[in-house]
Amino acid sequence: MNTETLTSLKLSAANVRKMALEAVHSAKSGHPGGSLSATDILTYLYKAEMNVDPKNPKDPDRDRFVLSKGHAAPLLYAVLAECGYIPKEDIKTLRKADSYLQGHPDMKGTNGVDMSTGSLGQGISAACGMALAGKIDNKDYRVYAILGDGECEEGQVWEAAMLAAHYNLDNLCVFLDFNGLQIDGDITEVMNPTPFDKKFEAFQWNVITIDGHNFEEIEAALAKAKATKGMPTIIIANTVKGKGVSFMENQASWHGSAPNDEQYAQAIAEIDEEIKLLGGAC
Amino acid sequence: MYMIGEKKATREAYGAALAEFGCDERVVVFDADLSPATKTGTFKKEHPERFFNCGIAEGNMMSVAAGMSTCGKIVFASSFAMFAAGRSFEQIRNSIGYPKLNVKIGATHAGISVGEDGATHQCLEDIGLMRTIPNMVILNPADAAEARLAVKAAIDYTGPVYLRFGRLAVPTIFGEDYKFEIGKGVQLSEGKDVTIIATGLMVAHALEAKTILEEQGISARIINIHTIKPIDREIIVKAAKETGAIVTAEEHNIIGGLGSAVAEVLCEECPVPMLRVGTRDEFGRSGAPAKLFEIYGLDAKTIAEKVKEAIAKKN
Repeated sequence: MNTETLTSLKLSAANVRKMALEAVHSAKSGHPGGSLSATDILTYLYKAEMNVDPKNPKDPDRDRFVLSKGHAAPLLYAVLAECGYIPKEDIKTLRKADSYLQGHPDMKGTNGVDMSTGSLGQGISAACGMALAGKIDNKDYRVYAILGDGECEEGQVWEAAMLAAHYNLDNLCVFLDFNGLQIDGDITEVMNPTPFDKKFEAFQWNVITIDGHNFEEIEAALAKAKATKGMPTIIIANTVKGKGVSFMENQASWHGSAPNDEQYAQAIAEIDEEIKLLGGAC
Repeated sequence: MYMIGEKKATREAYGAALAEFGCDERVVVFDADLSPATKTGTFKKEHPERFFNCGIAEGNMMSVAAGMSTCGKIVFASSFAMFAAGRSFEQIRNSIGYPKLNVKIGATHAGISVGEDGATHQCLEDIGLMRTIPNMVILNPADAAEARLAVKAAIDYTGPVYLRFGRLAVPTIFGEDYKFEIGKGVQLSEGKDVTIIATGLMVAHALEAKTILEEQGISARIINIHTIKPIDREIIVKAAKETGAIVTAEEHNIIGGLGSAVAEVLCEECPVPMLRVGTRDEFGRSGAPAKLFEIYGLDAKTIAEKVKEAIAKKN
């Protein structure tokens, strides 16, 4: 990856983080922690990987994306705004009664959302269905999903994992946002779903482990996933909950609460500082 | 297709109709390790490339069906009613109902007529569960001929449909010329003293009750409600106005099913004396279906008794 591309991705991700925070701050509720941990992954997917066109969002041959951890909706909306699916000024209407931006993604009301999600464990299954449809029709599109680590406590995730391997869904690539925290605390203390690598290996998946905030590692993992035939891929992305905002990082309490005005100002100032260092305009 | 009087289970007709209308390339059938029982195996034989076993994981099957339907497929997700509507309620609500996706839930082995397998498999709550989900259409065919037409109508309709089928062989009531339209009740006979509104295999029991009542000088109108949602308000209100008393008959808990749906229409539009035949908020048990109909009051005799009670309430 050349420096220019890398800088451009980092700038996009910084803008996405700002919009996700703007959404949650404006709504006075929502999920910033898990939005920020998956920001770099989703920014890369939409900016550099997926075959999608905001002008033709229903193209039957497009790649699909399912946000299985639907509570990271602020992130999805921010990425869709960054890519031109929805107007950036709509971001601040999140969760308001006259807005189409629902607390969890609604495919009927939001341009660019491929699947309604929010109830954990169901998105990965829906992604399997899209991938299986691609196999029936001999289509080349690929299906991507982001799964939460706490979400893997849902039994349905493993039912889907079984099905994806059984039907050799090599057109399915799932990121596991392994930030280690869920609402009630450390995932290993609440109900330990680890080790993820051994579990998915046992379920006959191609397993790749990366730093989920390193664009070069994301790029390389996606290339490996694409080259792997006959089995689905899980990319276990080690991430930091609240990534990019000092006081939110690695704090379970930021899973589902909004920053107040002062905290919001500080968060934006921190990201603006990063943007300046990258040579971008705030 | 089916001879009038011929005994055939609606699940048999479901499998046969999937095979027949499944020549539509958009149709895909899922099962959860029950294909010899749900009869989706009949489709599998004809169109193996569009049949997928999802294993014993019904919730996952519903969400996979939802995802697949977004890619233009008409997916029939099949299991027993207990595990389709019951176990997978929340997947159906959130992954299928909320986004109004084109998934058809083929639920067989509904009701107490499952028989010997007993209470854990006798789903008497599915209509109630499905009725509370916005966007859901509920079809409950009375015989094999209607089941076949219900499958065709579900394919032609865009959106979620819950189809309820039975395990037990039941007499075929409808002939070749029978017309089926989603949301339209069917009046099967004239009658002036009372109307029996029945659904599913209880339509046959209602017709038997009519004969018993005729011998006693009571004229009962019979209406078949194959579409429980959206319910045909017009035919119900008309019957209430013209006959002045209603008895509903369903192989389901009297709470939440056809009886509740009809009561909702009547109390808002035309209150008349009304009684419900169904299981009375209780679980079933193992036994031969005919014996269970008798024990749980789902037979023609009980319907006839309720009709007389309802008529007595008219004055």
